[in-house]
Amino acid sequence: MRFMMFMYPGIEEKDWNPTAEDVAAMSRYNEELRKAGMLLSLDGLRPPSDGGVVSFEDGEATITDGPFAEAKEVVGGYWLIQARSKEEALEWASRCPGENCRIEVRQVFEMEEFPQDVQDALHENFNG
Amino acid sequence: MTDATRAIEAVWRIESARLVAGLARMVQDVGLAEDLAQDALVAALEKWPASGVPDNPGAWLMATAKNRAIDRMRREATFQRKEEEIARETGALFAMERSDFEAAADDEIGDDLLALIFTCCHPLLAREARVALTLRLLGGLTTPEIARAFLVSEATVAQRLVRAKKTLREARVPFEVPRGAELTERLPSVLEVVYLVFNEGYAASAGMDWVRRDLCEEALRLGRILAALAPREPEVHGLIALLEIQASRLNARHGPNGEPILLPDQNRGRWDPLLIVRGLRALERAEELPGPLGPYGLQAAIAACHARAIRAEETDWIKIAALYDALTQISHSPIVELNRAVALGMAFGPEAGLALLDEISDEKQLANNHLLPSVRGDLLQKANRPEAAATEFKRAAELTQNAQEQQLLLERAEALD
Repeated sequence: MRFMMFMYPGIEEKDWNPTAEDVAAMSRYNEELRKAGMLLSLDGLRPPSDGGVVSFEDGEATITDGPFAEAKEVVGGYWLIQARSKEEALEWASRCPGENCRIEVRQVFEMEEFPQDVQDALHENFNG
Repeated sequence: MTDATRAIEAVWRIESARLVAGLARMVQDVGLAEDLAQDALVAALEKWPASGVPDNPGAWLMATAKNRAIDRMRREATFQRKEEEIARETGALFAMERSDFEAAADDEIGDDLLALIFTCCHPLLAREARVALTLRLLGGLTTPEIARAFLVSEATVAQRLVRAKKTLREARVPFEVPRGAELTERLPSVLEVVYLVFNEGYAASAGMDWVRRDLCEEALRLGRILAALAPREPEVHGLIALLEIQASRLNARHGPNGEPILLPDQNRGRWDPLLIVRGLRALERAEELPGPLGPYGLQAAIAACHARAIRAEETDWIKIAALYDALTQISHSPIVELNRAVALGMAFGPEAGLALLDEISDEKQLANNHLLPSVRGDLLQKANRPEAAATEFKRAAELTQNAQEQQLLLERAEALD
């Protein structure tokens, strides 16, 4: 089973860049995940103002640049882990060296969960 | 199972291997270490539902296990004991009282885990025993879970575990990471266990069989732990590279009715790109380390050639043939030779493959194996000799034990007649 752990750092954009201390604590945690054979991939994200938002209305795409009013509700990074149960993923998330933040743990869909027609539709455009 | 029990089980899964490893270093006996760890689990199951999981559950479990161990030894000390047992336990007591689990450096914990892996995979133990003990002590799997995964009875698994622990105790196998030449000598028996666990899951991972899939994931986890703990061993990276790349094809290997789909016919859009990237990166690490690739590294390099080809026609068969050539030099196996014949046929035309088959057709291992006529039939068909090809397919159909495969072979023969 795979789980995505989304980190919501709950900080303002001006405080976005972590200190050396934060990074040291976090990399100890990441190393622990890696040594437990759980870690598949991870990334930290630049602040939202360096990105943008594409929103759709009636099929029409609109691009919006930052800054965004609700900066506290944005993702700051993620981990993709392999775990043996939801509880195990939650236990790992709760070991993260966080102060005031939130980690959302979500299970990744496995292809076999879909009915056959959906599975076929997923790959019919692949001309391999 | 209640939420609290499930949460405790999750903590246990995370902590049990480290706990058993730390205890085994102190008491120099994995069987006793496991018993002590189980005592701590029982205590956790009593206390945690009411008190909640403590902040540092690993340290709590270790402290509890140590206290129970000390109690247990003091209680038993009143009985008639052999002198050496007393000496051993006194040593263990001393080690326990001095040790400070919370202050233990990451390196020490890593070393303990590695020692546990090497002990569970000790060459003194039969293969099945090594597999069972590794899944039990490193994977935290229960006896019924191991039994279900390997399609054997719980009694059989329980017996394998008891015997394995007894063998280790009686041989006084030291709990340590082998060094230097001994490490090189003992590593294959560790890698073999991880590979066996993976293959057990891979061989039968059709459809929704989650037990089997879990086994593949467990092998990947063990392989990744090994790669993190023994990063200077090229074959460890070779093995994990091979497993990651093979696992990337899990979703493409079977059709809707569970029928196997061979590599050239798989929908490559179903291959998992994340696992491919991880596998290729692990292979790079194996190649960067000094020395030539070992058998796992070479198999990974072959798997990587397939993984890099976006379409089957783009496969670099010349490189694959060369890699099989290297593989036959270090691990003489008729099955590897068969694969080399396939690769030669793809790279240089069917006659090149047929010539190699003629050389190896006397191999005893291949005498009643359907693969030899099956591969030969395929090469003959490509060489435009349909009658000879049909004869080979029919012969292969007679030899195979697998009904689905038999039907496929007969169909191929009929199409040529």
